[in-house]
Parts: sequence; structure tokens; C-alpha cells
Amino acid sequence: MLELNHISWSVPGGEIILKDVSLKIPDGKLTVITGPNGAGKSSLAKIIAGLETPTAGSILLDGEDITGWDITRRALGGIGYAFQQPVRFKGLTVRDLLELAARKALTDDEVCDLLGKVGLCAQEYIDRAVDASLSGGESKRIEIATVLARRDARVLIFDEPEAGIDLWSFSCLIDAFESIKHQRGDSMLIISHQERILEIADHIIVIADGVVRTAGSRVMVLPQLMSEEKMARCPMGKAGKGGIE
Amino acid sequence: MNSITEQLLGVVADWSGGVSFKGAYNIRENGQCAGRQSSPNISIENKPDAPGLVIRIKAAAQGETVYIPACVTKGGVDDLVYNDFFIEPGADVIVVAGCGVHTDDEGEARHNGVHRFFVGAGAHVVYKEKHIGTGGGAGKKRIDPITDIELDEGAVLEMDTLQIGGVDSTTRKTRAKVGARAKLIIHERLMTDGDEQAVSDFAVEMNGDDSAVDLVSRSVAKGRSWQDYHSVIRGNCRCTGHSECDAILVDGGRVNAAPELYAGHIDAALIHEAAIGKIAGEQIIKLRTLGLTEEEAEQRIIQGFLEA
Ligand SMILES: Nc1ncnc2c1ncn2[C@@H]1O[C@H](COP(=O)(O)OP(=O)(O)O)[C@@H](O)[C@H]1O
Ligand SMILES: [Mg+2]
Repeated sequence: MLELNHISWSVPGGEIILKDVSLKIPDGKLTVITGPNGAGKSSLAKIIAGLETPTAGSILLDGEDITGWDITRRALGGIGYAFQQPVRFKGLTVRDLLELAARKALTDDEVCDLLGKVGLCAQEYIDRAVDASLSGGESKRIEIATVLARRDARVLIFDEPEAGIDLWSFSCLIDAFESIKHQRGDSMLIISHQERILEIADHIIVIADGVVRTAGSRVMVLPQLMSEEKMARCPMGKAGKGGIE
Repeated sequence: MNSITEQLLGVVADWSGGVSFKGAYNIRENGQCAGRQSSPNISIENKPDAPGLVIRIKAAAQGETVYIPACVTKGGVDDLVYNDFFIEPGADVIVVAGCGVHTDDEGEARHNGVHRFFVGAGAHVVYKEKHIGTGGGAGKKRIDPITDIELDEGAVLEMDTLQIGGVDSTTRKTRAKVGARAKLIIHERLMTDGDEQAVSDFAVEMNGDDSAVDLVSRSVAKGRSWQDYHSVIRGNCRCTGHSECDAILVDGGRVNAAPELYAGHIDAALIHEAAIGKIAGEQIIKLRTLGLTEEEAEQRIIQGFLEA
């Protein structure tokens, strides 16, 4: 289990982004963090993976304080993190990156299996460079696959995995998330605005303006979120043309 | 052949030990011939007027490989060699020309190879050139190759050149004249460290319609090393030219890149891309999130960059 206790974070310039955030990401469950753009969701993911250092608070992994651990140590300690903005490399192929993630050589079948989970055909992609020749959606899916390849990971974080992904691949991805939950028992944290991801969540945490607005089981939080969304779209309570009914 | 030569050959010419290379070869060691063999389709003879070889490749050579590695294994040797390749129309051949220089004392070890390729119409040549310097002596290790290429109609030459490390100073000059529908592909990879210096100079002339050149240079400058890259592509006809110069800087490495394009014909289409800079921080961070240390990440990124 991953626990954040009273985490605060300010950008180097001074603006306070996260204020006293406490939350738990339990094992074998899918926790979804949602909330408006700029709320601080990605910042939170970076703090968990060690890319940013909180100005206050602590992070516990299975009870152990990992707040002082650097990025590498956290990765080896079991934290997997798929970036919102995938990184491109001149000179690394899809296979190279997946093998680095898996920390071993992979057979063609293993690569095929991983890429299949994100809706990519292995034959076409296995030897492609992970560079600017890939489209946004393609590099996003490869980024997700690098985390699916992390068999040593205990906490898997995906930052807006739906971005730029077509519907068919997205269905593959939903299946992949569900099977991780059922088969691996890892804790999974997905940052998302996507209804279909919210629908498979066990827990939903809403972050806005750097604070936890709501946190609870899906059954509790989702209906409330949906009605708030409806309200936001149609404040008078009557869904207009094109509104969600 | 001495043991240092054997070691160098292992690195630069895929030498796996044993008796000899398969097929045609010539091994040059400290300016002397340390082994030679011709094959039915590839003849290797001494050059009559200068140190070096005349290598004739018949049209019947299809997929054959010829090895002409050269090694300098001690200080105080300044080896100069002229090798001419005459490749008949339609031949298909791989030329492996590795070079290793080694010195254990204060004497300079230098190899200077002048290679000329006359490639007949429709022939296909892959030219592999791998360079390394070894040995802990104070003497400088230098490799200064000159490569002259003439491609007849429809000929293709792919030059794959790699300097792995340990060469204190190199000046590489590559000149080419490309005929109609012929294609020149050059892939250069250079790594320098410490106080090493590397100068790389390309001059390509496109003289026949629909000729093409693709020149890609990737380099890594570490330590206090210094690299100077010049390329001139002249499109004198309907042709396509692409050159790309990418360099990664580590610590105090420095790189100067001066690409030049000349279009002397309305249908000459020439492109140059260049990028110099340190490794993108986000690349290192991404690999660290996969469990690599910062050093491992840097190493892996450089390795991939040079291999690609
Ligand atoms: N390194 C940074 N420097 C300055 N501002 C930042 C930095 N990282 C994030 N921010 C700011 O923090 C806020 C939250 O960003 P982010 O965590 O990416 O939000 P979200 O993922 O919820 O959309 C935004 O206003 C963003 O501009
Ligand atoms: Mg975000």
C-alpha cells in the first residue's frame, strides 16, 4: 500500500500547488484520481515517483518511509510511472525500452503480448525508434507499455492514459488494467477524466486547487461527480441540446 | 601477426581468432603485410607505385566480403597506405576496413589510409570502417583517413564508419562524386573523450540526374574533447541530398558543426538538419523511473544514439 501523509508542494518559483494532501492507494485496487486541469494531479504523480520533492509531508510504501528515496531507488522499490507526456529517444527502439523496463531480454512473444495490451501490432512497432517519427497516440501507448512491462512493480501509476488513444486501443487498455487488478494484486493509480476508467475504479479521489475535494468508493463518489458535471454543463438543471441525459 | 594486432582485429574487423578470414583479405601490421589472400572474384595485389593495394572486384562477386584491416601496434610508427578499389559494374560486395592503433610508450602511433573507390554502374558496395585506439603509452594515437568515392550510373555505396574511442586525434576527409541515379549513404559515428580531437570533413558532388546522398553523422563529445564537423553537398543537377548532424555533449565536450549546401540546379533538393546539446534531462529521468541509475541511463542513451 502507498500512503501520502500531509503532502504539500510549491513550484520553485513559489506558487503553492499541493496543499496538505493525504491519501491511501491500497493493494489490489484501482484508485482513480480526477479533477480539473491544473489541479495538481500530475505533480502528485511526480512526487510519488520521486521526480519532485514535496515541501512537506511523507510518503510510505508498505509502511516504509520512502520520502528521501531518489527516482531510481523508488523504481527499484516497486514504483512504476507512465508519464503524461511520453519521452522520445533518438536511438532506442520500442524493444530496447521495453527490455529496459522489464530488466531482461524479452522474446518476440513477450514484446507482442505487451504491445497487444496497448493495441499496437508488435511486428510493426518492435524495431521502431521511440523518436519523433511516432505519432502522439503511438508514443503514449508505448509509454504505457513500459509500465506494463515492469513485472517488479507493486504500485503502477498512469497519468491520463486515455490521451490521444483511439477507442479500440482504449478498450484493450481497459482490459489490461482490469487484468492487472485481478491477476497481479498491485496497487494501481490512474489519473483520468475518462468515464470508462472512472467506471472500473474501486476508489475515486477528486483533487481540485491542490486539495483533496472528495475521496471514497466509486459507488459513493461517481454519482456525485456525474451530477456535478451535469450541473456544471447546465446550471439550470435542464440538460440542453447535446447535454448528457 | 602479433597478439595486439589480433586483439585490435577482434574489435575492428570481427576477427574471431583462428587461421584467417574467409574469402579475400589483407592484414596490414605496422606497415607490413601480415597475411593476404585473394578469392576467385576479388584480387588483391601490391600497388606498383606506392605503398598499398589494388583491389579488383569482379562483377561475379555477389555478396562477398573483403577484409583489409590495418593495425599499428607500437609507438614510432607512422603508416601511410594507398588502397584503390576497382569495382566492376553489377558487383555486390562488403569491404571491411577496420583500423586499430596502439602504443605503450611515448612514441606516436599513426595510421593514414587513403582509400579510393571506383564503383562501376549498378554495383553495390558496403564499406565498413571501424576505428579504435588502445594502449596506455603517452604517445598519441592518430588515424587520419581519406576516402575518395566515384559512383557510376546507378551505383550504390553505403559507408558505415565508427570511431569508438581511444584515438587522440583524427582528421577524416571523405570526398565523393555521384553519377546519375547513383546513391551514396554515409553513416558516421564518433565518440571522443579526454583531450581527443576529431575533425570530419565531407565534400559530396552530385553530378548526374537523380543522384542522391544521405549523410548522417552522430557524435558524442565527452571530457574536454573537441569535434569539428564540415560538410559540403553540391547539387549540380536534379538530385536529392540530405545531411544530418547530431551531437551530444557530456561535461566539457565541444562541437562545431558547419554544414554547407549548394544547389546549382532548380531541381536540386537539399536538406540539412543539425542538433547539438546535452542529453535531454527527461530522457535520463524516464530511464531512471525504469530503475536505471543516472550513470546507467546516460550510458544507455549514448550507446543507443551511436548505434542507431
Ligand atoms: N515545474 C513547474 N514549474 C512551474 N509550474 C508548474 C510546474 N509543475 C506544475 N506546475 C503548475 O502546477 C499546476 C498543476 O500542474 P499539474 O500537476 O500538471 O496539473 P494537472 O495534472 O492536474 O493538470 C499547474 O498550474 C502547472 O502550471
Ligand atoms: Mg496532468
